[in-house]
Amino acid sequence: MKADRALVLHLGVLAVLLALHFTAPAYHHTNIARIMVLAIYAMGYNIAFGYTGLLSLGHALLFGAGLYGAGLLVYHADASAPVAIIAGLLAGGAMALAVGLLALRTAGVAFMIVTLMFAQAGYLTVLYFGSYTRGDEGIVIPRAARMLWGLDLSDDNTRYLIALALFATALLANLALAQSRFGRIMVAMRENEERSRMLGFNPFTVKLTALIVSGLYSGLSGAAYGLMFGYVGASLASVQYSILPLLYVLLGGAGTVLGPFLGALLMFYLIDYASAVTDAHQFVTGAALVLLILFAPKGILGTLRARGLKWLP
Amino acid sequence: MAAMTLLQARGLTRHFGGLKAVDGVDFDLGEGEIHALIGPNGAGKTTFVSLLSGRIPVQSGTIRLKGRDITQLPAHARVRAGIAYTFQITQIYAALSVFDNVALAAQSRHSHHLKDDAMEALAGVGLEGRAGQTAGTLSYGHQRLLEVAMGLALKPKLLILDEPTQGLAQGEIETFKGIVRGVVPEATVLLIEHNMDVVMDLAQRITVLNFGNVLATGTPEAIRADRAVQTAYLGG
Repeated sequence: MKADRALVLHLGVLAVLLALHFTAPAYHHTNIARIMVLAIYAMGYNIAFGYTGLLSLGHALLFGAGLYGAGLLVYHADASAPVAIIAGLLAGGAMALAVGLLALRTAGVAFMIVTLMFAQAGYLTVLYFGSYTRGDEGIVIPRAARMLWGLDLSDDNTRYLIALALFATALLANLALAQSRFGRIMVAMRENEERSRMLGFNPFTVKLTALIVSGLYSGLSGAAYGLMFGYVGASLASVQYSILPLLYVLLGGAGTVLGPFLGALLMFYLIDYASAVTDAHQFVTGAALVLLILFAPKGILGTLRARGLKWLP
Repeated sequence: MAAMTLLQARGLTRHFGGLKAVDGVDFDLGEGEIHALIGPNGAGKTTFVSLLSGRIPVQSGTIRLKGRDITQLPAHARVRAGIAYTFQITQIYAALSVFDNVALAAQSRHSHHLKDDAMEALAGVGLEGRAGQTAGTLSYGHQRLLEVAMGLALKPKLLILDEPTQGLAQGEIETFKGIVRGVVPEATVLLIEHNMDVVMDLAQRITVLNFGNVLATGTPEAIRADRAVQTAYLGG
């Protein structure tokens, strides 16, 4: 019963997004496609941070692994889009494994710093190998390379539907994960690591597994972002892209399945509207975050869950 | 002495700097017994059971569980091997439901009937009516019982209880004694306890620790009569 209610809610959100495909004005149509792809990234971040309690400041490395894993294959090896997307997904997971093996020897603040340093090293590596990556200037993926089984990813309608398909898969997988036995163990690790250890769970393997899943999401999102919007540049692997998913997740609600999407949606439009009104749009975002931390530190959906919607996964 | 040895420790040692918290302890647990560990504050009781459960690594000595050397096994693997530890200071998942707390314990041993097993463990301590409640909102006594239920849900060979009755009301202590008696002889219980009434009432054997050494081991009657124990602990 509990699971049914949650499933209906999530399918409902997907149905609304499908309806928006036919009704949303062109400007918002493009925005929402972008938000859905970024929300996949935020969901991945949430699996590490929201569910497992791993506060990483270096997820741009995982997003970047997917972005460049896909982008470089297309640009240098003429790989097809499906191959590139799968390569990006795997690159994100592999990068998470490599970073996790080292960074998970630390916890708390040390973990934040170590992940931040790894991500900066990754960013600088992209710049260092500028002859391959075209550094800051970035790679523009040609339209011919953005074909997915005959579907043109540079076409607005196709892009929206592909983004929705990827988002729906990621969302439902996330829902299943949150309600699975492993989902409960991730939360247990976040809530009380020592207790979990003394219930027979190996903290290292649980956290590493969660981080790899998080890396797969981030890599998929990075690959899809590069191919759909046709640009692969170092700025997308910069520290800003480590902070963004954290903000999305905090706003929407850490440890909720829909929180990352809701946070990405609201933050995107907050920045969008604030930029139209003032040059100081970052001030508006900052103020919004301060208010959030003061009055709803659990984020929107986290607060709703605490106020009675206990069934919200 | 019970028929079969469940756990055997030999020469178990752990020093913290100059402090000999546990200093060459030999210790045997018979299968199915209730064994109490007593001793003055700072005698090394909690350190000793932490060595058994793997929370603190052993400096020297060996631990065998049913003949198998588990000295080098990390704590989480010892839990899976059958040693459950309940904390001196209550450690539950306060933000999760009572059900989730015990379900986690049950799924740790790959239970195939998670719901039934979790509810059975809750029923064992009388908390089955509170499965949906958030664990942190339980009364202190109920939180202690929940912690015991988590231990039961692991279906351990050895259940280590570290000062379980601390802070409980008299009525709750009676409930608790009934629960511990129900655990044996399927499981073995090792109990650290300051409440002498509980110890004398429950334990079949008692080990007295003092300054990291075993002062005496024996039946409650023998311990009560022991001169060395009286001097060190029971106050003559």
